[in-house]
Amino acid sequence: MDENKFSITNDPMLEMFVFETLNLTQQLEEILIKVEKNSSVSPDEINEIFRIMHTIKGSAAMMMFSNISKLAHGVEDVFYYIRENKEVSIDLSDLSDKVLEAVDFIKEEIAKIKEGIKADGEEEKLVEVMKLYLADISGNPSIEIKRESTNKQTYYISQYEIKSEENIHKYSAKVFFESDCQMENIRAYTIVHNLETICKEMFYVPNNLIEDNESEQYIVENGFTLNFSTLNDYKQVKEIIEQEVFIKTLELKEVDEYDEQLNLIATKTEELKNTSKICMSEVVKEEIETSSTKQNIISVNVARLDKLMDMVGEIVITESMVIKNKDLEGLTLHNFNKAAIQLRKLTDELQDIVMTIRMVPISMVFSKMNRIVRDMSKKLRKNVELEIIGEETEVDKNIIDNLSDPIMHLIRNCMDHGIEEQTERIRKGKQQKGKVTLSAQSNSGEVLIKVIDNGKGLDKQRIISKAKENGLLTKDEIELTEREIFGLIFLPGFSTKDEVTEFSGRGVGMDVVKKSIEKVGGVVFVESTIDVGTTINIKIPLTLAIVDGMEISVGNSVYTIPITSIKESFKMNEKDLILDTDDNEMVMVRGKCYPIIRLHKLFEINTQKINIEDGIIVMVEADNKIVCLYADALLGEQQVVVKPLPPYLSRYITKGSGIGGCTILGDGNISLILDITGIINRVM
Amino acid sequence: MTEALNESNEQEGLEEDTQHGRFLTFAIGHEFFGVSIEYVKEIIGIQPIIEVPEVPNYVKGIINLRGSIIPVIDVRLKFKKDFLDYNDRTCIIVIEIKNILVGLIVDNVSDVLKISDDNIVPPPDIKTGFHNKYIKGIGMVNKEVKLLLDCEKILDEDELEQMENGKWKTENK
Repeated sequence: MDENKFSITNDPMLEMFVFETLNLTQQLEEILIKVEKNSSVSPDEINEIFRIMHTIKGSAAMMMFSNISKLAHGVEDVFYYIRENKEVSIDLSDLSDKVLEAVDFIKEEIAKIKEGIKADGEEEKLVEVMKLYLADISGNPSIEIKRESTNKQTYYISQYEIKSEENIHKYSAKVFFESDCQMENIRAYTIVHNLETICKEMFYVPNNLIEDNESEQYIVENGFTLNFSTLNDYKQVKEIIEQEVFIKTLELKEVDEYDEQLNLIATKTEELKNTSKICMSEVVKEEIETSSTKQNIISVNVARLDKLMDMVGEIVITESMVIKNKDLEGLTLHNFNKAAIQLRKLTDELQDIVMTIRMVPISMVFSKMNRIVRDMSKKLRKNVELEIIGEETEVDKNIIDNLSDPIMHLIRNCMDHGIEEQTERIRKGKQQKGKVTLSAQSNSGEVLIKVIDNGKGLDKQRIISKAKENGLLTKDEIELTEREIFGLIFLPGFSTKDEVTEFSGRGVGMDVVKKSIEKVGGVVFVESTIDVGTTINIKIPLTLAIVDGMEISVGNSVYTIPITSIKESFKMNEKDLILDTDDNEMVMVRGKCYPIIRLHKLFEINTQKINIEDGIIVMVEADNKIVCLYADALLGEQQVVVKPLPPYLSRYITKGSGIGGCTILGDGNISLILDITGIINRVM
Repeated sequence: MTEALNESNEQEGLEEDTQHGRFLTFAIGHEFFGVSIEYVKEIIGIQPIIEVPEVPNYVKGIINLRGSIIPVIDVRLKFKKDFLDYNDRTCIIVIEIKNILVGLIVDNVSDVLKISDDNIVPPPDIKTGFHNKYIKGIGMVNKEVKLLLDCEKILDEDELEQMENGKWKTENK
């Protein structure tokens, strides 16, 4: 039974199991944290936990991950007892601790399964903990939960005496599954499979479990009948059959002769063995499909969505290739234009829909933080409350995946460094309870995520002296703006915490946070006031795949600047040009001086437009720095699908060189997308 | 006896891989080169090339080949020969190595030749030659010499070249 030899690849059933179980554990965690927070538990919640554990137990057993199933069983027992004995007094926080530990174990095992590693974690200790806990709350050290009576699992056991001198026993079994368990035929097959090893011969009805789709219905109506002979005694056989968890009734008899009728219609197991394995996957697929339609929700592989997204992008491009086709120039095409407008509308809508499919609420990330705050509050003995605002804000799936770790890190930092010890808070006259706020709001193509704590705030002097110590200071400290000082904490190798704790303080954190946020095209900056608190702002784009771009030309090349980074564009008079002693060009706009970067110089492109008056100035902003780019001309605005540069080129064009990717324009030409952050960092 | 052996070897090779021993030959100046046909995806005429900054001079830019973006290398420049204007004979050979697509710009493409293994000799072991490091072997067909290219080496940067690139970049900053 311990042979967990599945791998996640090409096994839709396993994939489903992993997905489902992860969802369930997430739900369970949320309930537990809520329970603990309110220090009360409602019967509904107990039932819910019981139900979740029951489901996990069932599906784990079906997938033959016996360690998960055993542990889930243990937890289930505890909640069964609580459910049945409402008057029992329990320490909720202690209970949550224990159950969360079990949840962690399950999550770990699932992670292993996902990686294709054998899920071989030792569950015994945790099961023991659960047993002890159960004994503890019930006050009965030898308690054993008998759920048969209440769960409506009735076993009709006929008391045949097993004769020891007779080695081979013949049994006849009839199994009914729980009414809503689904996939009855597969569950029946599991029983067959489990028995196969110990049986001399076996006959069962319906005999075509896997191939025949009607077998499922048959089992629901008439039960699953099984005749077999084995050397094992009654108890062992019963145990083996009961490994399948969704059994409602089991009628197991030892018989002298099988029912003749059954013999005729049943097939030998051997025959089935050959064919069933092949068809297994097909049936499973169907099962999943039917069960999904019932839920009105289907889970789709993200890779497929990405492909769909790419396709839609291509359609948009091709559409403008057709509509703006050179062959059509100069023709009056009223009907064509009408149809073209219609097409444009439809493709726009299609694009929107595909985008929304990929959008998931950020609560996926936020709700995980509850657990972290809870655990750390306990370990650090700080009383901290987590407030979540705007968790319904939707963000592209790809971005969400990259957000979880940095936010977790920031929350940990808040808890560990930000919020003071309770005594210190009282001394400062602050509320004893610390508070961490996690908020998200969308704001014209961007999402702003804030991690706010009301802790001690960042000490500028300490940051500066620490940076000096580590040789991270590149400017004179007097010149540094507040934002730049706080920006120092994102440098690699910077940590103000003097001692290293379990959670943070190794100085590898914040630069990783910054990197992963930049990876999804976001920026991060800090605001802080001593003794009031710290706010960490993260700005991320809603989506990465499509950007609104401004096409500019430089020489023969076309470049795309993401519109979000453009502040304004203007023509310039030569007399406004300011030169410094190194002949660096600058321009004064509304009392502020900005450097001018000539793109043709930066990228060494041949162009006729050298004179500053001939071209156009585009003012761009990134990382709160503003520069003016000089280009030949503006060509117009276009939505473009971002494509990465070909792999061969990425060895030359590294991140930070100023090129972020490329795209194919409506006319089939290629345009390079400028990475404004990269350009600014190259010159400043 | 040896001939017979060779023949049987060849037949085995044929069974294993029909592309073995077949080379697409092309000219650069007066020299003929060959690339093993297994790498060749397709041959296209010269196309509008979008220049890309920050790359060595032999990387001419990128082209749009039916929706996929492919970098193109001028083999002349890669082998440190003089640049020759592109004309209607100029071709781009699109090769695929380890899932990387790259176009090679060559003066013109001749044809596909079969060169058996015993007609290929290793290049002389001198490191001073200007493009020996890209030559896998020298093939003889009808008393003509074809320099057989090691495609993987053309794409793989050796350390020396990377250093040069680094210098090249900083110089231009």
